[in-house]
Amino acid sequence: MDLTELTIKQAHEGLKNGDFTSVDLTKAYLENIKKSDLNAFITVTEESALKQATEADKQIATGKFGMLCGIPCAIKDNILIKDVKCTAASKILENYVAPYNATVIEKLKAEGAVFLGKANLDDNAMGGSGENSAFGATKNPNDKTRVAGGSSSGPAASVAGNEACYSLGSDTGGSIRLPASFCGVVGLKPTYGAVSRYGLAAFGSSLDQIGPIAKNVEDAKIIFEVISGKDSKDATTSDNKFDERTMSLKGVKIGVPKEYFVAGIDPEVKKIITGAIEKAKEKGAEIVEISLPSVEFALACYYIIAPCEASANLARLDGVRYGLSEPGKDLLDVYLKSKGHGFGAEVKRRIMLGTYALSSGYYDAYYKKAQEVREFVKQDFAKAFREIDLIFCPVSPAPAFKIGEKTDDPLAMYLVDVYTVSVNIAGIPGLSLPAGKTESGLPVGLQIIGNHFEENKILAIAEEMEKLLT
Amino acid sequence: MISKEEVEKIAGLARLELTAEEIEKMQKDLSGILDYFDLLKKAPKIKIEKHDLKNPIIARKDEVVSSHDLAEGLIAGFPDKKDNYIKVKTIL
Repeated sequence: MDLTELTIKQAHEGLKNGDFTSVDLTKAYLENIKKSDLNAFITVTEESALKQATEADKQIATGKFGMLCGIPCAIKDNILIKDVKCTAASKILENYVAPYNATVIEKLKAEGAVFLGKANLDDNAMGGSGENSAFGATKNPNDKTRVAGGSSSGPAASVAGNEACYSLGSDTGGSIRLPASFCGVVGLKPTYGAVSRYGLAAFGSSLDQIGPIAKNVEDAKIIFEVISGKDSKDATTSDNKFDERTMSLKGVKIGVPKEYFVAGIDPEVKKIITGAIEKAKEKGAEIVEISLPSVEFALACYYIIAPCEASANLARLDGVRYGLSEPGKDLLDVYLKSKGHGFGAEVKRRIMLGTYALSSGYYDAYYKKAQEVREFVKQDFAKAFREIDLIFCPVSPAPAFKIGEKTDDPLAMYLVDVYTVSVNIAGIPGLSLPAGKTESGLPVGLQIIGNHFEENKILAIAEEMEKLLT
Repeated sequence: MISKEEVEKIAGLARLELTAEEIEKMQKDLSGILDYFDLLKKAPKIKIEKHDLKNPIIARKDEVVSSHDLAEGLIAGFPDKKDNYIKVKTIL
């Protein structure tokens, strides 16, 4: 039996029956990480992982332990684990050691989780491919010449490549769903406010959300239940309780937005997604064609709002308080050089875009207009969810592309996010479910979108769909 | 296309040092992206509703909470310090 192929539930059963220990499990994953050339990890915390596994085994011996106890995971390297480096895949934070735990880490620790290490991402979580990492691109386990998808490239590739049982990623404009789709694993971007952002390196604060990446829907649900909930350290969290439910596809109203199937979509992706929708219909789901006219404007809206928020958030990395500090002749010179040398090209581009859009004379044309469009997107989804339960659509117009294919064209890279950003703009939850593979073996994700705090509906229907698609 | 001077001005506002090549590339990249944003001119005008009073913003209680356990770690991260203070270059 290959221990690294087990789901959380299966590994939990094995631990319970004494088939193997958490130390065995942890060693198996560490072995895979050592042998791997995927570049899914920036930091591997072998020593502390084995200590956590030993502690978990003691807990397991008592017979009283939760689902995640002793199960090894990977954490995106923009989420703080105390006393472990947190680089955000940026040169500017290359040697930064986290002084505290993120709330999600505290919650996982309380369950007895084992942290294998910090997973790769795009520099400051900005990118759709993982190629913007200062520590090199993560390779896609399905085809190593292709990208893993971004920005949670390491979290998705580590789970798909059996280098972690599950992982945590963050999603600002598609950063969980896109790599989950490209790598063929399940990724959930929860409702804004469902999971605490305390201890997550801030990028676009009105859009960022932490969520699970897992081998199957059941695992994603187990993790989501643990990490969600109100947190006094993040004022935007809600005290909505996750209320697990089971649903059959029979009678469920599924909206299919026609705007997601227009020119530009890869024919193989279209075939796989429409095939999945057809299967839902056969099981009694009611398929309703809907229109979301705001979709056309969502990407432009996102690429104004996210850089505006990023330009303000990243001002904290000034070479004075923490991170890289370059010597300069005066304080201004320290700022200029630390930021100039520390940030990667994409981060600089977004800081420039955001600063431009917020600068005097341009504010109305860009930021204010984008806020109006944001309202348009929200109203569009609110209207749709009055008629339907869930939305089915693709995660991305195309499967994983070649490493280097889009690096010289920032706009082409932004267009990869065209189907994912609306969910963040509206603050609603979305999940990527493996729906099939192209002829050349590249995974394609079905995106299931729900209304605010209806992760339970998404997960219930995703579990039904999973049975039909695998 | 957005001018070199404009890029330099924005970089100055963002406190970002850019090399000559970076400025040139930024002119090209930003212009392409800003052209794409022109699409928003076609978007319908939407009135942004004022905050819904049925769902008031719930503020936390005004209580003193100690965060002293954090101080040591934060201070350890200062690039340059004297005792427990951040040390910076002279401004004037």
